[in-house]
Parts: sequence; C-alpha cells; structure tokens
Amino acid sequence: MILNVNGQEHDLDVDPDTPLLYVLRGELGLNGAKYGCGLGQCGACTVLVDGRAAFSCVTPVVALAGKRIVTLEGLGSVDNPGPLQHAFIAEQAAQCGYCTAGMIMRAEALLRRNNRPTEAEIRTAMQPNLCRCGTQMRILRAVRRAAPVVRTAAEAQG
Amino acid sequence: MTALSRRALLAGSGALIVSVPLRGHAQTPPAAPPDAAPPATPPDTKDLPGSLKMAPYLDAWIRIDSNGTITVFTGKAELGQGIKTALLQVAAEELSVRIDRPKLVTADTALTPNEGYTAGSHSMQDSGTAIRFAAAQVREILLNEAAAILQRPVGQLRLEDGAVVGPDGRRLNYGALIPPGILHVVAQPGTQLKAPGSYTVVSTNVPRVDIPAKATGGPAYVQDMRLPGTLHARVVRPPHPGARLAALDTRVATAMPGVVQVVRDGSFVAVVAQKEFQAIQAMRALAAGARWQSAEGALPKQADIFEYLVGLPVQDITVLDSRNPQAGTAKTLRARFTRAYQMHGSIGPSCAVAQLQDGVMTIWTHTQGVYPDRAAIAELLHMPPEQVRCIHVEGSGCYGHNGADDAAADAAVIARAVPGQPIRLQWMREQENGWEPLAPAMVSEAQASLDGQGRIVDWDYAVWSNTHSTRPGNAGSLLAGQLVAQPFAPPPPKPIPMPEGGGDRNSNPIYTLPSARVIYHFIPQMPLRVSAMRGLGAYMNVFSIESFMDELALAAGADPVAFRLKHLEDERAKAVVTRAAEGFGWGGSKPPSGHGHGFAFARYKNLAAYCAVAVEVSVAQETGQTRLVRAVAAVDAGQIVNPDGLRNQVEGAILQSSSWTLYESATFDAVGVTSLDWASYPIMRFNAVPDSVEVHLIDRPGAPFLGAGECGQGPAAAAVANALAHATGKRLRDLPLTRDKVKAAIGV
Repeated sequence: MILNVNGQEHDLDVDPDTPLLYVLRGELGLNGAKYGCGLGQCGACTVLVDGRAAFSCVTPVVALAGKRIVTLEGLGSVDNPGPLQHAFIAEQAAQCGYCTAGMIMRAEALLRRNNRPTEAEIRTAMQPNLCRCGTQMRILRAVRRAAPVVRTAAEAQG
Repeated sequence: MTALSRRALLAGSGALIVSVPLRGHAQTPPAAPPDAAPPATPPDTKDLPGSLKMAPYLDAWIRIDSNGTITVFTGKAELGQGIKTALLQVAAEELSVRIDRPKLVTADTALTPNEGYTAGSHSMQDSGTAIRFAAAQVREILLNEAAAILQRPVGQLRLEDGAVVGPDGRRLNYGALIPPGILHVVAQPGTQLKAPGSYTVVSTNVPRVDIPAKATGGPAYVQDMRLPGTLHARVVRPPHPGARLAALDTRVATAMPGVVQVVRDGSFVAVVAQKEFQAIQAMRALAAGARWQSAEGALPKQADIFEYLVGLPVQDITVLDSRNPQAGTAKTLRARFTRAYQMHGSIGPSCAVAQLQDGVMTIWTHTQGVYPDRAAIAELLHMPPEQVRCIHVEGSGCYGHNGADDAAADAAVIARAVPGQPIRLQWMREQENGWEPLAPAMVSEAQASLDGQGRIVDWDYAVWSNTHSTRPGNAGSLLAGQLVAQPFAPPPPKPIPMPEGGGDRNSNPIYTLPSARVIYHFIPQMPLRVSAMRGLGAYMNVFSIESFMDELALAAGADPVAFRLKHLEDERAKAVVTRAAEGFGWGGSKPPSGHGHGFAFARYKNLAAYCAVAVEVSVAQETGQTRLVRAVAAVDAGQIVNPDGLRNQVEGAILQSSSWTLYESATFDAVGVTSLDWASYPIMRFNAVPDSVEVHLIDRPGAPFLGAGECGQGPAAAAVANALAHATGKRLRDLPLTRDKVKAAIGV
C-alpha cells in the first residue's frame, strides 16, 4: 500500500492490520513516534493524520491510504527546527523526553486549527498526553511560546 | 598534598618536580604523589572526594588525546535528570574549556568507573565531585607541564579553551602537553578548585545536550537503536507471579509470518521475529498456547494490606533513641499514616538490545547500574563477567528500579539463543505495570507531646516497611533468573543502613527535639515485588512527619511555618523555609473559599539538598477532587551547577509527587497486580496541572554539591496534605488522598 508520510509517498509491503506506529518506526526508520501503551491512553505515539492528532499505536495502516501523515521529523530538524521544536528546546521542556515527540505533535495539531489558543484551550488539547517526569509547566510554556510564531507564519502565508 | 607543597606548585616552582616523577611512573600504578617519597603501601584513597575514593586514577575520569580531544568518563547514567550536561559543565569549568569541547562517556562496563547505581541523588555528590577534582588536578598538571616547557612560573600562564598561553603569547595545546600515561596517577587530596567567582560555565544555564535530538526525532533512546540485522523480541510472562509453565504449544506462533524462533527456558518464554509487530502478534499466539500452573497461596485483600503488613514478622532497627519524656506536658498527639503501593509508571515500557558475538554478550540497557546488572546477568548466563558488557543507553525516565534490569536480562537470555543477531526486546505496557517492582506500601505511627509554650518536648515515631531495594547484583533478583529452568533464588531482602536508609530514610526529624525515639520495623516478607522508587522511604516519612508537624502546630495554636522555624537550628534549613514562605506570601491574604495553603520542609536524607514547599490547593466540594493550584519551592543544593536544570528537577518532583499523593495506588487481587494500564492506574493529566510552580534557588558558591533529584518528593506530598487539611478542616493520612477519601472526610 501507499503511505504518505512527511510529504513523501512510500510503497510498503506490510500487513494492513499493522498499527501505523510500527510502520513508522520499523519500515521507515523514524524515531519520533514512541510506543507507550498501545492503547491510546498516553499519547507518546501521537502523529498528525490529515492535520489532526492521532494515536499511531491504535491506527491500522489500512485506514490511512490517501491520508497525509506527519511525524515529529516532518516538523523540522536539529539544524532547522520547527516553531514548536524550537520552543521545546528553548524552554528546556523535557526531562527524559520520551513523551516529547507526542507532546509536540499534539500541540502542532492544536496550533494548526487554532493559533491563538487560550490557556484553557491548550490544557484541554494536551489532555490525552501523559508526562511522568512532571515537565508539564515547561510544556505549557513551550506551546504558549510557539503560538505567536505559528500565527505570524500563517498570517504571512495569507 | 600539604599546604606548603600546594603553594609551591601554585607559585610554579614545583613544575619540574611534578612532571618528572609522573612521566617516570607513566604505566605503573600507583604513581607516587608528586612531591613526596613513594608510598610503601597502596594509595590511601579515603580522603579523596566523591567517587575518586573508589576510582582514584585521574585517567579513569579525564583523558586527553595527543590531538587535544578531551574525554570525560562517568559511571553514572543519564536518566533525564540532565546529568550529562551538568557533568560536562563541571569538567569544562575546571579544565577551562568551552562546554562543547569535552566528550562524555557514560556508564559502560568496558569504559567507565564502577559507580554502582545512578540513584539516591548521588550523581553530583559522587561523580560530579570526582570529575570536579580530577579535572582540577589535570589542569594543575597541564599548567606545570607548560611551565616546564615555557620556562615560566605557573602564575604567569593562563588557560584559553584547550591551550596554555604563556606571557609572550606562546600557545601550547593540551594535547601537546599530555604525554601518554601522565594522567594515570592517583588523585591527591587537597586539590585547588577554581574560585566560584571566576566561574563561566558552572552556575550557568547551559542548555541540556540531549534535548535537541529528543525534540526533533534523532536517535535518543535504546528504543531507537537499529543495529544491522536487528530482530525483534517479545516475552510471554506468566499470568501472575509464581505461576510455572506446564505446557507450551508453539505451533501457531512458529507458523506466523516473520517468526524466527521461540525461546523457552523453564517458564521463561519469548518469541523472536523479523518485524516488531510480527513479534507482538506471535507473542499473543504463544500466550494463547501456554498452559500455566498457578502459584499456591493468595495475596492479602488490598483493603487489609496495612493490617497484614504490620502483622508480619519484623526486624526492629533503632534509628534514634534519646527518649527522655518529661512530666507535665500540656498536650500529646498521636497519628497513624499509610501509603499504598505505587508504580514508577515509566511512559516507555522497558527495553534492551542484546547481542552475543564472539563469546561476548553485549547489552544496551537503560539500567541504573551497568555493573551490578552485568554481575547479575553474567551469573544468570553462567558467563564470566568479563565476557558480559553492559552499556547504558537512555530509556524513558525510570525514577528508580523499574523493569530496566529485567528487560536487559530478558534480552540477553533471548540473544544467547539466537547468537550473532542483535535482539531488540521491549516490554508491553501491561508487562511493565504487572511486573515492575512497586514502591512499598508503608505504615507509620507518630506520637508527640507539647509543653505549655508550644514546644515539642517528646517525639516517638515508628515506620513499617518492606525493603526499598531488591536491585540486581544477583541473578535471583532478575525476573528471568526466577523463571529459567534452573532458577536462582532471590537474595534475602535487606534494609539499607542509615544515614541513607531505606524505609527509614528521613524517619529521623531534622528538628531539634529534647527527647526522641525512631524505630524502623523492617518487614522482610514481601507480598508483592517491591524496590526503590524516587526518595525511597523519605516520601512517606516526610509526608508523615510534616503532616504531623502541622497537626502539632494547630494544637499549639502556632503558624505552621513559625512552628517549624522554632524547632530548627540549622541556618541553611531556616533560610530555605524562610525563602519558600516569603516567595509564597505565606501568612498574607487568606485563600478563597474551598482553597487551602500548606507548607512542608525536609533536608533529603538529612545530608543532601534542603527543600521547602508551599502550596495552594483547591477542593471541589461536590466531588472531593483536590487540585494543586500553585506551588512555591525553595532549594539549597550547595554549589549549583546548572540553575535551570535544578529548577527542572524540583518542578518535576513537585508535579510527580503531587500525582503520587492525589491519585496513585497500584491495585491487586489474590494473585497479582491488576492496574495494568493508565485507566486503572491514573496519573496527573493536563487538566490537573497547577497554574504556576516557582522554584527559588539558594546558591552556595564553592560549597559541596548536595544531591537534589529527589529532595522535593516528601515536602511536596506533605504540603499538599497540609493544604487539603487547611481547606477542609479534615486531616487525611492515608496516601493517596483520592477524591473518594476527601469526599468521605468532608461528608458530601
């Protein structure tokens, strides 16, 4: 089947029941999405599917033909980080960082549909994702920091 | 080194005296002290600071190649606490190089010193101190070497990012100053450290070196390792601890696509496949084909666990006894506190990669202790330890002894059965929750008497607990070691002696008490598997003591902060309490209706960092739901290496501890743990995250590092409990302080 990940089409020979997570990590060698629970309860595996946050651990690839998938790697790189990646680094919004990729993708989904979120809207949007180290204060700061950057970029694009 | 000789060295006159004997002893440890007669006996390391005591050679910590590459070695591991960055800061500072110049090698049994476990907030105290002094001594050697070459006194030389520069501008790169073996010398006590006022790297907010990869999808974890030819494995665990495998039908699993091999050794069962999801599907098929013989006996009912525990045989340990009760006390209070079993709950289930090649088993693991884990795995595999190598690679945050060591052993047992191929094993969520060692359930009882002036005149405290460490070192501590056909017996549980303590950690109050007794009732028998979780007994003991201090303050009619200050003599303790109270605005405006203020303080282990926490909580009258609204902490961790890193640790401690305190309780039935996912083991989510958390740091330039990674666990818990009591007028003493318990207490 054909899977569109980070703007590239991949022709993959996989069991259609395979959750997207294992295709991203195994077939495509992407590190961003993490296995946390396999149940859609922690958000470590969060990616975007057609711009909306999705749990890649419970989404079989058969459901994703023709959809655009974006992972953490699709937002930028170490040398050229995207606005949320930059904000997470600038705010030092991690301890172990295992949840970070999912947090960034969850926040990316929010800022794509609402780049002027209130504090309550940010917290509600982030609710599905767990952080065990207790870095949520920094994660919230990073999302607040990135929002105007995303907004400015969106306005520049018209 | 004597004061005289150090002055001589600093003045430069010692240069040749230093360099000649050191070169002469290049490869023959132990080298003679630089300016003394060679010792007749091996070096006495007891006066050396930090981990230099057990690894005294400078080149165990710092090496400099001829091209000037500086490599720093630590036996400690990055667990997400930022230790890589902090240790690099310490080394760069004392070596006078930019932060990005030194490379760092962390815990690896082939390369680094054996520093035991990365635990107990010891990394900066032990490894940071060793690297600090080793680097300072390397700097002295570099200066002395340069002085000899340039024929100038040391006092005329300066250090400039990897080079010694003479008064005439001549530059000697570090690489050119280090003949082979010159750093293979025993460290000397009394090294001159840089003056804190001159710091340019230590005490600054150097950004964490590991965060950019984590925020952009770079390989950052053992989970991300992709060695060529890697196969994926999953284990099939028994339905509950103690069950033995009676029969295994492998036909369905082995016929599945991608399946390479089923590995069985006694009750240890695993499957290896080409792809990860194939391994998961085969694991399920294999589990369906397994028939287990149940264990005998049943666990106590969860509701009765505390009565059950205190009814078990105990070994009594007297932590403190200066009891001398006075007659005529005005008031005596008693209270009993309990704490449920709780989970580490790492977000990423445990993982390891193992490969048996050319007779050597290499294991990449997120264990906290590569050397003890190696010893245990070598015993399990019946291999000599030299042929087993454990290399630390980061995993998800562990906060203590989670499944990391067991997963490393699982991977090794599987890799032995599939020689040559790298085996990547990851546990499933239900395996992590079902098999990780829990934080022990605990009980404490406190009694204290006040005199007419509101001063504590007698204190009597007892705590009941299982051990807080069943960490490996022996094959019997590993799940695989207990499951294989010829199983290893778990070693008998032991208490951890004070002053660090296990269940009794922080059971001795820091307060000035004229009459006090503290008894630890150590319970050897463990109904559920338990081990170390962040803070060990300190979480429960500080929760108990600091809750009880508030009860005493209330009985004395005193303000809780003033009451604590009245019983404190340690000036640093008082400074931390005062700073947190001021930062919070303690004693200022009253909280809104349904809200309460709470305060708590402890010095971790009474020998590490000082931490005071003031909080505001809100309590929803209808539901009993308690929320941490804001927290203000003050911390004294001695010399601060990375202020933002320290803040991050303490912020995290406050949020994690308040999650433990408000929500967390592992559930179990007659045979084992039943809270196998995040629905049955809820932790803090964003809707409950506080509005604000402030951490005030009290820097102590030049003072020894005081471990801080766990200092907030106890104070945060007690501050929340005290604020809840302030908000509701009801004292809750049974952790966790769930909404059902609050609801029952406030009678709605």
